[in-house]
Amino acid sequence: MTVPATLDIRPSSLSPDAAALLGRVVLIVLIAGALTAVDPGFASVSNLLNMLRQASLLFLVASGLTLVIIGGGLDLSVGANLTLSACLAAAAIKTTGNPWYGVAVAIGAGTLIGFANGLMINRLRLPPFLATFGMLWVAQGIAYWFMAGQTIYGMPMSFRYFGTGFFLGVPLPIWITLMVCLACSILLHRTTFGRETYFMGANQTTALLSGVPVERRRLLLYVLSGLTAGIASLVYLARLNAAEPGIGEPLLLPAIAAVLVGGTSLFGGNGNIVGTVLGAILLTIIVNGLNLLNVAATWHPFVNGAVVLVAIIADLVISRRRSGSR
Amino acid sequence: MMHGTEIQNEQGDRSLHTPMAAGQRMAGRKADAPLLRLVGIDKSFPGVHALKNVSLDVYAGEVHVILGQNGAGKSTLIKTLYGAYAADRGHIEIEGRRVAVAGPADASALGIAVIFQEFSLVPYLDIAQNIFLGREAAFSRFGLVDFAAMHAAARIILDDLGLDYDTHAYAANLGVAQQQMVEIAKALSQNARVLVMDEPTAAISERESDRLFQTITRLTERRVAIVYISHRMKEVQMLGDRITILRDGAVVTSVLRDQKSQAEMVGAMIGRASGSQLVRTPRTPGEPVLSARDVSTAKLSDISIEILAGEVVGLAGLVGSGRTEVVRALFGADPIAIGEISLLGSRAPTTLDGRVRAGMALLPEDRKQEGLALPLDVRDNATVASLWRSFASGWFSPAKAERDTHGLIAQLGIAAHSTRQSVHTLSGGNQQKVVLAKWLAAGAKLFLLDEPTRGVDVGAKAEIYRLIDQLVDGGAGVVVISSELPELVQLCDRAYVMRDHRIVGHLAGDALTERAILELAVHQ
Repeated sequence: MTVPATLDIRPSSLSPDAAALLGRVVLIVLIAGALTAVDPGFASVSNLLNMLRQASLLFLVASGLTLVIIGGGLDLSVGANLTLSACLAAAAIKTTGNPWYGVAVAIGAGTLIGFANGLMINRLRLPPFLATFGMLWVAQGIAYWFMAGQTIYGMPMSFRYFGTGFFLGVPLPIWITLMVCLACSILLHRTTFGRETYFMGANQTTALLSGVPVERRRLLLYVLSGLTAGIASLVYLARLNAAEPGIGEPLLLPAIAAVLVGGTSLFGGNGNIVGTVLGAILLTIIVNGLNLLNVAATWHPFVNGAVVLVAIIADLVISRRRSGSR
Repeated sequence: MMHGTEIQNEQGDRSLHTPMAAGQRMAGRKADAPLLRLVGIDKSFPGVHALKNVSLDVYAGEVHVILGQNGAGKSTLIKTLYGAYAADRGHIEIEGRRVAVAGPADASALGIAVIFQEFSLVPYLDIAQNIFLGREAAFSRFGLVDFAAMHAAARIILDDLGLDYDTHAYAANLGVAQQQMVEIAKALSQNARVLVMDEPTAAISERESDRLFQTITRLTERRVAIVYISHRMKEVQMLGDRITILRDGAVVTSVLRDQKSQAEMVGAMIGRASGSQLVRTPRTPGEPVLSARDVSTAKLSDISIEILAGEVVGLAGLVGSGRTEVVRALFGADPIAIGEISLLGSRAPTTLDGRVRAGMALLPEDRKQEGLALPLDVRDNATVASLWRSFASGWFSPAKAERDTHGLIAQLGIAAHSTRQSVHTLSGGNQQKVVLAKWLAAGAKLFLLDEPTRGVDVGAKAEIYRLIDQLVDGGAGVVVISSELPELVQLCDRAYVMRDHRIVGHLAGDALTERAILELAVHQ
């Protein structure tokens, strides 16, 4: 009996964050191993890449959200933002025939929605939950008005490449995910902005009284969340080849779930972006596995909910044990 | 609740059947037997032997002071007494009867109540509802709460304490001292016979403390035993009938009042002869660091202050006189309605982050909520105010942050085993040093210190005094708020005295005495 090398690392030699990430990797490997044992088709390159492609869309929506949540905020508008950005971009591409206009429109619209969120929270002192909850409906409403019951479909091939193309044998959305993940990671751990984000999330008052320009930093966080929603809208549009109202909203709760399963606390001040990648993969692999096992789709939400709860409870138990039971 | 009562009954029955315990119970009726005894209490946590064979006798009608530095075991002792911790060895006796205290409910049933430093009143309930919180059933009529009866009962308890508070007042609208009194009233309403008070004067002014002492005297006359935890020698000597000194989890000595001098007690606390007291040496101040002219805010009127480089200036006054509001306004945390603030000769930036970059620093009174991010580590906390300066490009280098933090830990003598240790695991004194470290790293030129030694032990206090000296020697201007007048008088070159949100006096040199401050601070 040999123990896998990954399990042979003593916990004391790992930082708590690294241990939490490692635990998730091990969990993903175990689930993947079990599913392969049930159906060898699971481990096929095409199935794995397909799953990662699905996970990458979820991650892109969740990536900016992770930054916001680490900074002590919340963005409920990411799904609706994706919808509106995708619809506007689709219209721009259709009218101009130039995919780059679509890219500009989606990124511009996404960023603007994030900017509006940040402005409402800063200037009107609205709780993030309320401001972005309102924005969810506003963005959704604009999308319905703009589309007027139509669906825009049939994007040019040069644009669809974003969602369906391959580069060096790897689907483009996965490359985009890697780049966004790297950018977020650098932002969080190698810039003063990142350090201030953690601090704001851990204690906003202290951050303010320590000279952190909290409002400016917060505005930037919501802009980044809008930006990643805009990027996600392009990947979605390119893959689906169509845009209509209501496409993005169903992604909101899975995106929040990916952040939480990734080990980021909803209370802010801790977590990291790699965790969100793993969270998105974990949630996707589970849905894939349930399909593979012919579990009725009606059970999927239940299983996802259970996974979210187990992940949160496991993190809580571990962190409580670490901080001592005094 | 139920469980606790069962244990108590079981213990009670047992004591009835044992001749010796019955004998002790008889003795308990005599005046000279202790009401509460802790016998050989021992408690360990992983890595810490918190209480070592601690025995303590508390008599009805006496004030028993427990003295000790932070970490001496005082809080562990209270928590054991209150049933929050289970002792590893030893037991508790009440009137000679061995009792089991498995939780706060047991303690309360036995007549043991604790007034913690952090109060537990519910802000949006009134005084009567707070006093009887969780015991509303006693006023139940037809399944509804009879609030008139509850208020009448609360009135009787408050009158008993000589308090004229309106029982309909919300806890949110009470001052700290008033909340404390309501906590005491709450304890008495539960027939407390032993009242444990954890540093009751830490957050209240001298005048309010006098009121508290009167209440304590009243309680002792009614045979309530007070276990009083404090650092303040003056009140210890004034109040304490019996003084027990703890050090490193063990009882060093237990003496009656006047058996030991102040110096001897301090010596017993710190384990060596009391060091020389800080003596004020005249300093030669330089250029103005900060000057405020006719500043008014929502809470302040006409504040004019000047702080020079190389001097320590006190802000004296009773709690609530507006001292904290002054430093907050100077720091940019509260908006200024009219007035002008200049910093190092030029107009102070309007934003808070601008003022930090211009060299201002605030050490807030509430270090846990406003001075630190408790879940984060020493490095994060020590570098947060200087990120703009140490990493001007915006790129953060963990290696440099690590080096800087090591430097600060060494410079301030912070007892942390690693730069990545969470600050919530540090002692109060070390937490305060982390807050100071943050501002040293930021290169501050003006330090606004709001109660810098509150809740830190004697040793850390001395170190904080030394650090203030270093800051001043380095040419910084320092403003100190302190409710401890001796500290203020010793530490400061001069002081502004506040009353009712205004500055009512300025004392310098030999005119700066405790008496002079009090005369200005108290209503005439």
